[in-house]
Amino acid sequence: MTVNAMTSKEVTRKVFSKEELFILDVRNESDFQDWKIEGENFKYLNIPYFELLDGVEGIMDKIPSDKEVLVVCAKEGSSIMVAEMLADEGLTVSYLKGGMKAWSEHLEPVKVGDLKEAGEFYQFVRIGKGCLSYMVVSNGEAAIIDATRMTDIYLEFADSIGAKITHVFDTHLHADHISGGRNIAEKTGATYWLPPKDATEVTFAYQPLEDGNLVEIGNVEINIHALYSPGHTIGSTSFIVDEKFLLSGDILFIDSIGRPDLAGLAQDWVEDLRESLYKRYRELSEELLVLPAHFMIIEELNEDGSVSEKLGTLYAKNHGLNIKDENEFRKLVTENLPPQPNAYQEIRETNMGKINPDEEKQREMEIGPNRCAVR
Amino acid sequence: MEKLKANVILDAKGLACPMPIVKTKKTMSGLEAGQVLEVQATDKGSKADIKAWSESTGHQYLGTLEEGEVLRHYIRKSSNDEKIERKHPNVINNSELERKLEASENIVVLDVRETAEYVFNHIPNAISIPLGELEQRSGELDKEKEIYVVCRTGSRSDLAAQKLAEKGFTKVINVIPGMIQWCGKTTTL
Repeated sequence: MTVNAMTSKEVTRKVFSKEELFILDVRNESDFQDWKIEGENFKYLNIPYFELLDGVEGIMDKIPSDKEVLVVCAKEGSSIMVAEMLADEGLTVSYLKGGMKAWSEHLEPVKVGDLKEAGEFYQFVRIGKGCLSYMVVSNGEAAIIDATRMTDIYLEFADSIGAKITHVFDTHLHADHISGGRNIAEKTGATYWLPPKDATEVTFAYQPLEDGNLVEIGNVEINIHALYSPGHTIGSTSFIVDEKFLLSGDILFIDSIGRPDLAGLAQDWVEDLRESLYKRYRELSEELLVLPAHFMIIEELNEDGSVSEKLGTLYAKNHGLNIKDENEFRKLVTENLPPQPNAYQEIRETNMGKINPDEEKQREMEIGPNRCAVR
Repeated sequence: MEKLKANVILDAKGLACPMPIVKTKKTMSGLEAGQVLEVQATDKGSKADIKAWSESTGHQYLGTLEEGEVLRHYIRKSSNDEKIERKHPNVINNSELERKLEASENIVVLDVRETAEYVFNHIPNAISIPLGELEQRSGELDKEKEIYVVCRTGSRSDLAAQKLAEKGFTKVINVIPGMIQWCGKTTTL
């Protein structure tokens, strides 16, 4: 029968709408175990392509004929080969265009709300890796927060809605993905803001982002209010936008909290993390909509694919915000931590401007899930 | 590095997945058991895949050298070494040899595996002479010293020990089973 190419965007829509999909992942077992396409109603079969070189007859009984089938590999070459073999056996199947490489780089813009005056708030969901970045748009101007390295997507999106990017922020020095912030600022002439305590080793000029900074976007009064909230890194800074949205960076997630160990100072930062989550955030309005820089599991997605929750709800439901005993808290965030993100030291050095790997190398450094949280 | 020899070299440079593995599989079928294939590739993913493919097909993945953009993978075709009956009477097990090495006795360890096997993992100071070259190179060895012959499973070393005995070496001991279960010190490259 036939082989179709399915794009990352189409797969993303299936994740959001909780559709069924049967994924035949033909990468190595270890790669599959480490990181795969997640969907609530997705079923999986992992058989490395190199075990199928002599034919797919042996696995035909494991592939459903009544479900949509997607063959996935690292870049797409092997999935096309296997998809064609399946088609020769009479199945209609798709392969993932660009493979997991494209999946890791796909960003899906989702509108998360309107501003009080004219303006919109967009979340860019990096579905394959769990990174979340943001664009605040008002009156022809836009600010971007925690941009990924796929900078063209933001530039094209801003262009399509007729907005000029004037401010770019990073809530902290990222360790799990390469920031596109500096690149966007260079291309657009926007101001690039970084928390100075995270930027002590950077090799480029930036605008120091400090507690109490107010930034206006568009000529309508939209306040971006910086709130110092250390713990994941020493400089980690949150933003309150338009008195309605709380951008929590890697401090607070929907179902988990930040981990303090990625810069090697877990013990030192535990108290900062606790202070940020249990005191500074406590003083904020429970009505604020929390917009984190990551999601960890697909269940954190809302119906429309966005990732957000009211602060009050998180204080009621997020386990990490409800640990009374300080020692127990210390244990949670310093012991039995998940593995550190792939190449996190090199990623930090790239974000500081100390090393300049080419695009292929950057891609390789970012492979895999983000792992910035503890539950 | 010139010591690292392969029986066949496959050039898969510039090819994207799945082609490096497809070609490796095809080339491998033409090799004789125990021979070493060097696969040159530029696809970064080929390293993990060659290793996993080798393991799933019973071939021995020896290791990968990275030289700039080029990855050189070394694989030894599966052989039935283990099934051959051993004949050399004088044997020692791994842990006994380990103790002798720790006691720094004046002994010689002779590794008769292929150079590609030796390079990626061997006992420190072991002398490398592949079984196939022993006939010509036995003169490099000292007949007065105790020579402990090691390979992967104890079979090639058995043949090597017999060959040395024929040539008048009297203090030759076969190490059993050999590198496959070696827990002592090793070194690489």
